[in-house]
Amino acid sequence: MTAFFQSWGMAYEWAWFTATIVGILVIALPLMLAVAMIIYADRKIWAAMALRRGPNVVGPLGLLQSFADGLKVFLQETIIPSSANKGLFLIAPIITFTVALIVWAVVPFDVGVVLSDINVGLLYILAASSLGVYGIILAGWASNSKYPFYSAIRAAAQMVSYEVSIGFVIIAVVLWAGTFNLSGIVEGQRGHILGLVNGYGFNPLLFPMAVVFLISSLAETARAPFDLTEAESELVAGYQTEYSSMSFALYWLGEYANVILMCTLNATLFWGGYLPPLNIDLIPWFDIPGIVWLFAKILFFFFVFSWVKATVPRYRYDQLMRLGWKIFLPLSLTFVFLISGYLMLTRVGVAA
Amino acid sequence: MIQAIAFYLFATVVTLSAAMTITARNPVHSVLWLILAFFNAAGLMVLAGAEFIAMLLVIVYVGAVAVLFLFVVMMLDIDFAELRAGFVRYAMFGLAVALVLLAEVVIGIGAWSAGGVELSSRVAPTDAGAALGSLPNIKAMGTLLYTRYLYIFEAAGFILLVAMVGAIVLTHRQRTGVIKQNVARQINRRSEDAIRKVNQPVGQGVEL
Repeated sequence: MTAFFQSWGMAYEWAWFTATIVGILVIALPLMLAVAMIIYADRKIWAAMALRRGPNVVGPLGLLQSFADGLKVFLQETIIPSSANKGLFLIAPIITFTVALIVWAVVPFDVGVVLSDINVGLLYILAASSLGVYGIILAGWASNSKYPFYSAIRAAAQMVSYEVSIGFVIIAVVLWAGTFNLSGIVEGQRGHILGLVNGYGFNPLLFPMAVVFLISSLAETARAPFDLTEAESELVAGYQTEYSSMSFALYWLGEYANVILMCTLNATLFWGGYLPPLNIDLIPWFDIPGIVWLFAKILFFFFVFSWVKATVPRYRYDQLMRLGWKIFLPLSLTFVFLISGYLMLTRVGVAA
Repeated sequence: MIQAIAFYLFATVVTLSAAMTITARNPVHSVLWLILAFFNAAGLMVLAGAEFIAMLLVIVYVGAVAVLFLFVVMMLDIDFAELRAGFVRYAMFGLAVALVLLAEVVIGIGAWSAGGVELSSRVAPTDAGAALGSLPNIKAMGTLLYTRYLYIFEAAGFILLVAMVGAIVLTHRQRTGVIKQNVARQINRRSEDAIRKVNQPVGQGVEL
């Protein structure tokens, strides 16, 4: 695209700049639409499992429900509590929303279809998602209110704890792929098992890591059963209690954008990303564009997220911490050890 | 052009937010300015071609250390007046520390560019590190850390481990008289262990 803008007579730098801006829009705008539809999907799946109908009034089959909700919050009054720390109170949701969007820069949608193919892609994701915690802490603190503050403290501790096991899982994948670049990781999964099956998740050494990653990503996005940050019975509505109107909507969008991102990461790191599941051209299997496979996988993982939300009761906070620190941390550490041992044996040979 | 704009943007924000860190009245604001400074310093490192260090800076300092910092500052009940009282008393000391740091930076850079220290090849993990060719700097750093500086690297890891164990030993206390949850026992409990079905004739009590 840079070349296209250059043909308009722009200097290379500015052509690159414009191309990048266009690329950002091409990713961010459909993402917002996806978030709206995924909220609808979430409510429908949840309703179906509870034998209800879910949203079915606005538009055909209730498809426009999310847009109606969006319009509603847009038209509401923005209330800022008089004792709140005004600047930080307004910045906090912006941080959450921005961080949820910037991560998508390094996600590969197909062969070579990625906004920024940097060689530290996974670290970038880790860095950006570790920024996400500020949106929550600041909301809790700036609200100057008891329950949001409790919730913010819980959220921060939870996210920091589960980032540890996510870090180790990522290290296991990176060891196997030999690169931090997400496209490289996906390509490394091509024909991973006997040249037939695409995906690290089918590898017996990496499968436990895939499970740990799935559960940790539930905790990292504060989805049920780890949604202690907004446990209604204890904390009103969590860190966003004092928020209204658009500032609330930004949390809402950011949260779901993060959920989709975590589904994408599950698909990309362990289940072959944009690759078809099998490396054999069964039906015109390879003609299906990679982005379709990626979306199918994202939607599958999102269904799992909703399924869990509809069926599993909420954890207690000490159980959450026990799971993170006493089970996932030793487990993932052991597997990093096993995997590096295996790779040392098979790739490098026994060290002298 | 864009690089220059980005550089001056990051550099200005780093300097300003560093100044705000020490002048902000509210300690929470102070920590937040510090975080902004970290973040923009990471931006500067990306511009310098050290993307690995930049990401680590954000993950480690912004993502973990500063969060804990913020935690502590938020929960402490700080007397602002008392906090500011010691300014003059500590000013000279702070200035001395700043001068020492500046001198160290100048001497370090001087030594590095003079090449006087016995380093067979002055290998800095940047694009300029010609000894390693055009490796991405994450690989360049890995190669250096696991070969040339292996023992130092391991020693650093060991010191961190000792610090971690020390922190746990110091803060861990064995509480007595607490009823603990035995998760394995709970999960292994089956209905046969807890329930007994009794087919009792009418008019006779159940023997428990």
